[in-house]
Amino acid sequence: MSGAAEAVTRAHREEWARVVAALTGRFGSLDVAEEATAEAFATAVERWPADGVPPNPGAWLTATANHKAIDRIRRESKREDKHKEAQVVYDDPPEPPGAIDDDRLRLIFTCAHPALAMESRAALTLRMVGGLTVPEIARAFLATESAVGRRITRAKDKIKAARIPYRVPTADDLPARVSGVLAVLFLVFNEGYLATGPDTDPVRHDLTAEAIRLTRLIRDLLPDDGEVAGLLALMLLTEARRTARVSAGGELVSLAEQDRGAWDAALIAEGHRLVRERLAAAAAGVAPGRYQILAAINAVHTSARDTRDTDWSQVLALYDQLVRIDPSPITALNRAVAVAELDGPEVALAAVDRLEHTLAGYHAYHATRADLLRRMGRSEQSRAAYDEAIDLAGNTAETAYLTRRRDQLR
Amino acid sequence: MQYLVSVIDDKNNPGSTDRQPAISEFNERLIADGYWVFAGGLADTTTATVIDNRGEQAVFSDGPFVESKEYLAGVWVWEAPDLDVALALAAEASKICDRKIEVRPFQ
Repeated sequence: MSGAAEAVTRAHREEWARVVAALTGRFGSLDVAEEATAEAFATAVERWPADGVPPNPGAWLTATANHKAIDRIRRESKREDKHKEAQVVYDDPPEPPGAIDDDRLRLIFTCAHPALAMESRAALTLRMVGGLTVPEIARAFLATESAVGRRITRAKDKIKAARIPYRVPTADDLPARVSGVLAVLFLVFNEGYLATGPDTDPVRHDLTAEAIRLTRLIRDLLPDDGEVAGLLALMLLTEARRTARVSAGGELVSLAEQDRGAWDAALIAEGHRLVRERLAAAAAGVAPGRYQILAAINAVHTSARDTRDTDWSQVLALYDQLVRIDPSPITALNRAVAVAELDGPEVALAAVDRLEHTLAGYHAYHATRADLLRRMGRSEQSRAAYDEAIDLAGNTAETAYLTRRRDQLR
Repeated sequence: MQYLVSVIDDKNNPGSTDRQPAISEFNERLIADGYWVFAGGLADTTTATVIDNRGEQAVFSDGPFVESKEYLAGVWVWEAPDLDVALALAAEASKICDRKIEVRPFQ
């Protein structure tokens, strides 16, 4: 990649949300902000190779996007009527800077507003904050591009028509609004951690890093919210294993096979610190939520020197706790993996098979079955389960891993 | 920004009928805080008549425009600076009326 192309890619990762957020603040329209930002990046793609990368790419992009937005508003006000221009801008005075003066945080709270459907919130956040294209989002959600496009357009229209405010909620509203934002950020993180699509890197560090960065911001804002701390810990402990998780050959490396020396010790230490903080709160009688329990499970895994050394009974106890607040089939599937370590693959397989009617379309269900059947020596059935998992898996590294596993069966 | 705030009742699972004093009190507060534009409770859906005069002559039909177990029991019009303010009031209204509330902006 040339220097200029690399600079555009980096700027896209680092500056997209900032430019969209700044323009939304100025023009009061997500539509105008998004289109002008996209145009500014398209201009950068053309100009930077010829003119050189500007010394401050973020400022260049914001200024260019501003011009594009003003051009567009002028065009539209000429075409339609003179009032259009006034309409585009909110008639409220700009919000005073909140506890955290970050445009991107305002953008997140707007995109993740509870008056929008969950899937719209996620799609809109990925587009406006993450800078993903509609085809990328469609791949992430296994939806068609036209469906995702419609979802984003509808959400933007509702924000404008119903006047969903562009601001960080007040201290009173904040705790209630945060859970929706966390769900969206977790979705963004997961899409980065297990990126789908044949032309995508198996791990999209841009997305995982963005999800972590924004979760940190929310933690600064709400230091006493246990689930914010839990989600941050969960992300850090997962991110710490990122580089060990894909081999040089582009194949997924399972937790058991990972080189634990390659894990990021600083991220693990920070994650463990947060989990300990939440354990102390739990000891004082504050019931932990889903993210805190998932973080604790990851803390157990990352405390072990190797798989054999893992405290599986602790992991199982945590899954039992999780089942009580989140009795989903996916929780049951993950719990079965711990059961296999403690009670053997036969017991685990019986539990997994009970999930068939709900999880038959989920690759991890088949991958888990395949692994259990392999350990029981039932190669023929294991092979069939690997085939199903490979068909359904969307992540290139995971497909490579599953294929090798299948081909090793005798 | 004005919002139409609809009170939705359910024939199969109706809300309680003793809400009028609390609603009146809530209305006083809406007026005092400058949100109140208009409000009214509606008579039962059986009192509704639908008129269709798009053809050669007006056709009257007895009953509401849509047959469903859920129906509109009353409306408010609120003036609020943004949806968050309207939603916070609507959350209170739902408790006070013991019914679901729909918030919809005027164009």
